[in-house]
Amino acid sequence: MARVRFAGSNRFTFRELLFMLFMTALAVFFLLPVVYMIVTAFKPMEELFLFPPRFWVYRPTLKNFSNLLVATSQGSVPFVRYLFNSIFVTSVVVTGSVILGSMCAYPLAKHNVPGGGLIFALILSGLMFSSEVTQIPRYLMVTRLGWMDTYWALIVPGIASPLGLFLMKQFLEQVPTAILEQARVDGANEWQIFWKIVMPMAKAAWSTQLIFAIFSVWNDTWAPLVFTRSEAMKTLPLAIQTLGGSGIARVGAMAAATFILSMPPLIVFLFLQKRVLETMAHSGIKG
Amino acid sequence: MAAWTASMSERLASVWGEMKKKKVSYLFMAPFLILYVWFTIIPIFQGMYLSFTYFNVLEPPRWIGLANFRSLFLEDEIFRIAIGNTLKFAFITGPVGYFASFFFAWLLHKMRFRLVYALAFYTPSVVGPGLGFMWKYIFSGDQYGLANNVLMRLGIIHEPILWTQDVDLIMPVVIFVACWMSLGTGFLAHLAGLQNVPHELYEAAAIDGVRNALEEVWYITLPMMRPQLLFAAVLSVVSSFSVFGVAADMVGFPSPLYAAHTVVAHLRDYAFIRFEMGYAAAISVVLLLTTFGLSRLFMRILSSKDM
Repeated sequence: MARVRFAGSNRFTFRELLFMLFMTALAVFFLLPVVYMIVTAFKPMEELFLFPPRFWVYRPTLKNFSNLLVATSQGSVPFVRYLFNSIFVTSVVVTGSVILGSMCAYPLAKHNVPGGGLIFALILSGLMFSSEVTQIPRYLMVTRLGWMDTYWALIVPGIASPLGLFLMKQFLEQVPTAILEQARVDGANEWQIFWKIVMPMAKAAWSTQLIFAIFSVWNDTWAPLVFTRSEAMKTLPLAIQTLGGSGIARVGAMAAATFILSMPPLIVFLFLQKRVLETMAHSGIKG
Repeated sequence: MAAWTASMSERLASVWGEMKKKKVSYLFMAPFLILYVWFTIIPIFQGMYLSFTYFNVLEPPRWIGLANFRSLFLEDEIFRIAIGNTLKFAFITGPVGYFASFFFAWLLHKMRFRLVYALAFYTPSVVGPGLGFMWKYIFSGDQYGLANNVLMRLGIIHEPILWTQDVDLIMPVVIFVACWMSLGTGFLAHLAGLQNVPHELYEAAAIDGVRNALEEVWYITLPMMRPQLLFAAVLSVVSSFSVFGVAADMVGFPSPLYAAHTVVAHLRDYAFIRFEMGYAAAISVVLLLTTFGLSRLFMRILSSKDM
């Protein structure tokens, strides 16, 4: 990767410093709502409705979080259940998505499969419309399959993600085929080659698949809205949205819930961002 | 004629033979493809079929030909508002988000600590959808709302503004928030693409007389980045036409006088509130054709196949 630095020196030039200040100000501005949310989550009652509103909390407390556990248990479903649903659904979909997507991307990238071009074009076209378009038929399908209000409905439709496969295939094309050929000569079958050579080499790509899948499933409010009927099957983002309907009075609890909702994807991203950028380098559509 | 048939069957036979040899490949691809076709491709066609029917889930679908489309385009006032809103929306947040993600990526790609800054700009796109309620609070119509508070203290306004209820302000506010969230996957693609333009090209260009950053970008950077530019464009098109969640959280669903009603909102309304599946399917077909058409258009413009 070409790494270009200013002036090739280790000292900050004045221009560089100025630029950095400007970018820092921009970055802070971008993050303000997020920071505000985090801060509000930890504010005690007295500080919540202060006028003028403050960006810092003087006496941080965990009371909002404990309120959250109490408040939602009045609805006969403990908060933890929503969290569990989200974690469970996300984990299964993400795992399935990464494995199936990679398995499908491998032959498309490395074996010259008849019809491969057509198949890839089909998958690529999946990137060109939003999932809203398939909402209704999916809803009807799920009802007919008897999957309404079960985990199946929340999990199965989301596994075959074109984005994940696309990134994986583009990345795999850069992997030198010589290594694979060598393994074939040595007698390894495709399954072994896939798991022992290809996947480890493609760590960056499937890490990226992982992240994007997590982002889309974790934050999804549509699937649970349409596919669940009972409170107990709702996932976290939907539960928060319904809580939000109760108005400004519960700002602290809402902020706490939003905090719980937003932190996991961010943390995952923090750990894997280098890999993500590496994968994105190959993310172009050649047309 | 006989010769043609003979060579056709020869070719078919050899393709079939090759397919049998590559049996393993197909096995690898099968699980994904089965799910993909079942839950993505087939629904598309089902949706298209449904758009020509009247279907309220209680009775079986009844074929009514183009009636849905006729009412949609000729009689449905709200749809017209929705299209207007969606187009306004898409043509602002789409390009703005797209150029912003390129521009910010370009600003960042030579900096120290660029990953930190990248994270700062990328966060809204990840966390943003959940923050709808936060924005509602920030833009709250009384003097406690953050926006009103700051503006009043700076003396810019003297009375609180009803950001989320004033029909004229709703669109700009939603657009503002959407732009804030727009530095997503496309942004990352641009960043990565920029970092991968070979250094030597810039040096060679400098020797050849390219003088400033602008020329450099136009002649070297952009052409090298065509694939990423296309990728980001396709994603941008799709996402700017699918706006719904954050807007609904902020201004309500339906919004005052349908000011923030987008095509997707209209779709949701007819599908899951009124349960008029046929009509809703027609709306979804319109959405599909629009985003798909635009994406193909961009593919034609930004194709780098012959590079």
